[in-house]
Amino acid sequence: MADQVQLATFGVTELEAQHALDRLSVRDVDYADLYFESRVSESVSMEEGLVKRASKSISQGVGVRAIAGEKTGFAYSDELTKKDLEIAADTARYIANSPKGDRAVPVPAQRRPTRDLYPVERAQAEAATPDRVALLNEIDAEARRYDSRIKNVMASFNTEYKVVAVATSDGTLVGDVQPLSRLQITCIAEENGNRQVGSYGGGGRVGFEWYREENRHLGYAREAAREAILNLSAVDAPAGVMPLVLAGGWPGILLHEAIGHGLEADFNRKKTSAFSNLIGKRVASDVCTIVDDGTLPFRRGSLNMDDEGTPTGCTTLIEKGVLRGYITDKLNARLMGIALTGNGRRESYQSVVLPRMTNTFMLAGESDPQDIVRSVKKGLYAVSFGGGQVDITNGKFVFSASEAYLIEDGKITTPVKGATLIGNGPEILTKVSMVGHDLKLDNGIGTCGKDGQSVPVGVGLPTLKIDEITVGGTQG
Amino acid sequence: MLQKQTSIRSADAVNGTYNQLAADVLARAKDCGATEADIVVADGETFSLQVRVGAVDRLTKAREKRLGLRVFVGKRSATTSTSDFSRESLERLVSETCTLAKAVVEDPVSGLPDASQMAQDWPDLDLYDGTILSTETQIEWAKRGEAAAFAADSRVTNSEGAEFDSSSGRVVLANSHGFVGSYKSSSYSLSVSPIATEPETGAMQRDAWYEVQRKFSRLASAESIGQEAARRAVRRLGARKVATKRVPVVFDQETAGSLLANLCSAVSGYGLYKRASFLLDQLGQTIASNLITVYDDGRMAGGLGSRPFDGEGLATSKNTIVERGVLKSYLLDTYSGKKLGLSSTGNASRSVGESPSVGPTNFYLLPGVKSPQDIIGSVKEGLYVTDLIGFGINMVTGDYSRGACGFWIENGELTYPVEEITIAGNLKEMFKHIEMVGSDLVFRGRIASPTVKITEMMVAGN
Repeated sequence: MADQVQLATFGVTELEAQHALDRLSVRDVDYADLYFESRVSESVSMEEGLVKRASKSISQGVGVRAIAGEKTGFAYSDELTKKDLEIAADTARYIANSPKGDRAVPVPAQRRPTRDLYPVERAQAEAATPDRVALLNEIDAEARRYDSRIKNVMASFNTEYKVVAVATSDGTLVGDVQPLSRLQITCIAEENGNRQVGSYGGGGRVGFEWYREENRHLGYAREAAREAILNLSAVDAPAGVMPLVLAGGWPGILLHEAIGHGLEADFNRKKTSAFSNLIGKRVASDVCTIVDDGTLPFRRGSLNMDDEGTPTGCTTLIEKGVLRGYITDKLNARLMGIALTGNGRRESYQSVVLPRMTNTFMLAGESDPQDIVRSVKKGLYAVSFGGGQVDITNGKFVFSASEAYLIEDGKITTPVKGATLIGNGPEILTKVSMVGHDLKLDNGIGTCGKDGQSVPVGVGLPTLKIDEITVGGTQG
Repeated sequence: MLQKQTSIRSADAVNGTYNQLAADVLARAKDCGATEADIVVADGETFSLQVRVGAVDRLTKAREKRLGLRVFVGKRSATTSTSDFSRESLERLVSETCTLAKAVVEDPVSGLPDASQMAQDWPDLDLYDGTILSTETQIEWAKRGEAAAFAADSRVTNSEGAEFDSSSGRVVLANSHGFVGSYKSSSYSLSVSPIATEPETGAMQRDAWYEVQRKFSRLASAESIGQEAARRAVRRLGARKVATKRVPVVFDQETAGSLLANLCSAVSGYGLYKRASFLLDQLGQTIASNLITVYDDGRMAGGLGSRPFDGEGLATSKNTIVERGVLKSYLLDTYSGKKLGLSSTGNASRSVGESPSVGPTNFYLLPGVKSPQDIIGSVKEGLYVTDLIGFGINMVTGDYSRGACGFWIENGELTYPVEEITIAGNLKEMFKHIEMVGSDLVFRGRIASPTVKITEMMVAGN
């Protein structure tokens, strides 16, 4: 499907795009591009047993960018006429301080993406509204059936169908069709005035049938209900330094916060990251190998190409504990003289490209997950998390557990209330002493925020032991 | 119906209103079977300029527009939005919206507010400034702000940049009761994010300072913003962990504002009727210490959260949310109000393309009499929090656990900076244990608080 994207989809001719690129490409401009995007987003949501909200949003526009040295000029427009393109081009090249259009750029060669990681029929990507409504109704019934203490179920199903085309001054014209969907379920359990919440969900660049495969949606409903019920009996979390065992999958958010953001090239070019100048240095124990891989089929964080038209790849960030590389976009790769990794991403045509993660995960190790738990005398076992955040410059990161247990004498025992875990990015992975052989990727629920821009991402982790981390509970 | 609109649209664009467009779309919706409908049209211009280490780093400029439509077919409802105002697109949108609405179930509570409730007239709230700034002026502001940060302290060695943003726009809201309202607003802001380096260790700390105003002339000087940003970054140098212990915690204006934002979420109608708030069934009850009085005032002149009418066209007003610790009012729109058997408080918040939700206007804690110095001075050993990170707040239970940094207080004085610690408690208890409220209320956003002191929280570190 990806190879069918033509500029005509946006009502623009190749000649018009070429003129706009010519207009952008003044003497001091090193690179320029046009990013055309059309997006249809749909959402249905349910609460109190009723699917009572449905919405649809349509947007289309172009982002026009010129780069001169470290400077970026950027303009965008939701009108796609020749005149609007020219105005945007003139605005974007303002930063170059030179008169307009004194050279012609190569005519972009229409290129096809070399693969399609998410071949989803449009009808499947944008399922009929009654089908979505039925899906949510089944989820509500399943969660309530799980336990009568489940008093409310909130569920939403969102799809996005995005068509993009990128025309660049370095001679590329390439398009992609990027379907994306997500199912999210939150249950509230109530017993004797104690109310608790549990959440679960999943998705990816998949069609609607994916949610019904082996009744995946019902499994998600039971998980959300289970977490809410479990939290009814949770005790206050401990406070202080202790060993932590992370379950596989979504707890990989640790890597995203502790390591991933700090290895985005922009922060390192500006030398504002706690990881600046650490390439080739040890930043993790030798059982840790971490990659960012945008090429996994159907995954939420995957892309055939990034938003600059570069094919995504698999970048080794940390190899056996040693920092190997950064993730880059065109601007930062060029200024730093390092490899282009296909991580130039943007939320929409209205935002600038930044180096961003795709699917970030640690490769499997050799330990038996049960042995990992058994090795802890007193500590915390965390299975699910809400969100996390990092201060790039000092490296301090947090991530907040939503399902966790005490480990006592090598056994998983009492569930504890959510608590925030805090650590130092360049240091925390040096404390990883065991890595399980059970690598799991998350279900496809992650959204990463940076500079006010949200993009879908994935994470993954095998069961992992960190010898010590600060746990922010209330019990000393 | 929309035939007319194409010819009218250019006239609309000239005088900057979308009233006729809105009327045409509403009429079309009626033809498609909608019993009620409302429409939001927003357009505006944005300019953003980033300078880094003395040179322009990024310049962004755009005009944008968006239309959002909500229809009711009986008691069924759907919402759509588009940036494409062409006749064909809008006709398709209207018909798709009605089709969508027919696909969801009836919700007995759904519907527009009563026609009698719509705002009749409203004052000019001084939200718009017609000042057009040249690109050069905006570059100059950002450069001066960043330069002031570098000049303030030799330990400021690097920068995430300074950003000057300006935007202006118009919102038109119209509904099938015949309500049509519109207002213009603008904002100007400068933020500076310097990085300080410890000379001995090379360890870096970043902080930032910013200001936002609806009028350009009210913006503080670029120099004062840059200097404050530098002071904040430099004072973090040498931060360390502290031992895990239970101590009094003083929140500065910024972090106290985040507590108030948590309170705001807890009293918002949607969380309440879904039973997803820790303040269920608490109207008339004591939920905070008697030092706590909170207002939500939609009519503050020039306020960053001010609006003459809310996202459903109801008049905004000044509401008492908490009075000396007693919860007096929730924040409600029509829907969440009906679910709770109450009237809207004029807090419908509407982003184009979504059905209304509830949002604060200018939501603030009434200042007390103590200076921040007095409050810090009252603490023998404790924590002064200046920054919080993470999302460790459970709105259903009130459980609270966040990453923090700030300063350790000993014998009433700030001693050394601290980081990589968490603070934890439960919001229900935290609000009841606010034992001092500062006199230093400043509006830096739509939610504002003076310095507050909480009797005791668990600080986790070493």
